[in-house]
Amino acid sequence: MKIAVLSGKGGTGKTFVAVNLATAIPNSIYLDCDVEEPNGNLFFRTDIITTEIVRVKVPTVDQAKCNGCRQCVEFCKFNALAHIGNQLMIFDQICHSCGGCTLVCPEDALKEVDKPVGRVEIGRYGNRTIISGIMDPGEESGVPIITHLFKQINAQNRTQIIDCPAGSSCTVIESIQDVDYCLLVTEPTRLSLDNLKMVYELASLLNKPCGIVINKYSNTSNPIEQFCVANNIPILSKIDFDLRLAEICARGIIAVEDNENYQVAFSSLHQAILKEINT
Amino acid sequence: MKQLLIISGKGGTGKTTLATAFIKLGQPSAFADCDVEAPNLHLLLEMPDLGKITDYYGMDKAGIDRDICVGCGLCATYCRFGAIKKQGNYYGIESIKCEGCGVCEYICPEKAITMEQVVSGKLKLYTTKDYIFSTARLRMGYGVSGKLVASVKKQLLDAVDQTVQTKEKHLVVIDGSPGIGCPVIASLSGVDMALIVTEPSVSGISDLKRLIQTAKIFKIALSVCINKYDIDRDNSNLIQQLCEDENIPMVGKIPFDTNAFEAAKNGRSVIDYNSGATEAIKQIWTNLIKQL
Repeated sequence: MKIAVLSGKGGTGKTFVAVNLATAIPNSIYLDCDVEEPNGNLFFRTDIITTEIVRVKVPTVDQAKCNGCRQCVEFCKFNALAHIGNQLMIFDQICHSCGGCTLVCPEDALKEVDKPVGRVEIGRYGNRTIISGIMDPGEESGVPIITHLFKQINAQNRTQIIDCPAGSSCTVIESIQDVDYCLLVTEPTRLSLDNLKMVYELASLLNKPCGIVINKYSNTSNPIEQFCVANNIPILSKIDFDLRLAEICARGIIAVEDNENYQVAFSSLHQAILKEINT
Repeated sequence: MKQLLIISGKGGTGKTTLATAFIKLGQPSAFADCDVEAPNLHLLLEMPDLGKITDYYGMDKAGIDRDICVGCGLCATYCRFGAIKKQGNYYGIESIKCEGCGVCEYICPEKAITMEQVVSGKLKLYTTKDYIFSTARLRMGYGVSGKLVASVKKQLLDAVDQTVQTKEKHLVVIDGSPGIGCPVIASLSGVDMALIVTEPSVSGISDLKRLIQTAKIFKIALSVCINKYDIDRDNSNLIQQLCEDENIPMVGKIPFDTNAFEAAKNGRSVIDYNSGATEAIKQIWTNLIKQL
């Protein structure tokens, strides 16, 4: 079973929920898809067993063969090629690796070569597997790393917890594409509500069932609960605002290992998700 | 004209809270929200629901004409994004996966494929006698946001060009997005300084380091401030040391303040509350103006 943890707004507690949920589930696999800012392993601190370099295909030009016809420049929808001062220039970072330029070149002057864009690290935490995708700074897109990361899984009926990037764009879509359930982590604020609506729309577009975790909860009326009731979205957990929790998270401590209350809370969250999926 | 961008690496450290405070304190003539995947600045600024909305066209999406398709499958073979699937005797496009490269259109021997324009978001521009505000919202399922960020900035700068006479003294405040990928890189272009808002957690520090590395590649001048610095003073000291090593000015530290959370809950700016955080933010603003 695959459970994605996402939020739209950043800093609502995706990594907190994903790390603690994975810790509360024996034999789980934790996947860090927030490849721009991967933080899961700051909590698990596993020794890395394997590191795989992720490579994409980018064009390289044989200037001697290039006759300056610019067909590649005109074809490239991503503006990754330019012909300036009798030289074809290639901007690797914004290339989407579609292969179009090499197809259209009439002079066979373009070839594709592998370029590293990041890595996937795999480690173990007790009986859990921790897989982190890490994009190289300066790269534009984390999508190839996420695609590669999912290929590393030998699931064998193990529960997978997928820690997604913030926002609602291509990397989030890639992360939740094949999941069974989306857990949306939010805060009881007006700002979070607007962003929650966006990711809820995205998950619904992909036909994913959703449940809500309200983090930093305080027992006053808030717009999130009204939205959930109105749209019939189950609230699976409310995690009370607690300054001490902020302090232990800041130090990279896993809450369910620090405090039995959180062990109970995250085990119940797991049961609640199972119940949702099976009904 | 000077452009100040606010970014953070890690999400939720307080970018929009600070952007709102700066806009209220400094009354800049122009500002923008480049977090098109989760835009919030308009909420904190309590913008009236006015503003000119325009459709944003991102990358085209491929479409296959079933009457012409002979089902050869060449398109599916050449598509690098897994966006073309066999559907019965023909092929169909999975729109959400299509990146709009046009390879399928090029390779199709029957000319059954055309690239179609699609609305991928909404741009919004407020023009009043006091300010210009540019923002946008990505359409869900339409992926790439870097190009939309570039459009938000272009819309802002074009409007400034048309309306503001003396540009020298003007300041533009831009609220950025989390991460270090394409939307952040798109927001970096042309800015005079990027203020990084970090927090004293292991995650905040790790994300800060990655963001500094990214900004260095694009040769952007940086400043750093720490939000909720008193949550973990040891980590705050580590950040201070990191900034000294990297030669990045530390422009201020904001204490943890329950008023800030109260303010966010009600969709208001912390600057409207009389609190410990407010004084620190005012000091940061003064320091930033000096830096700029």
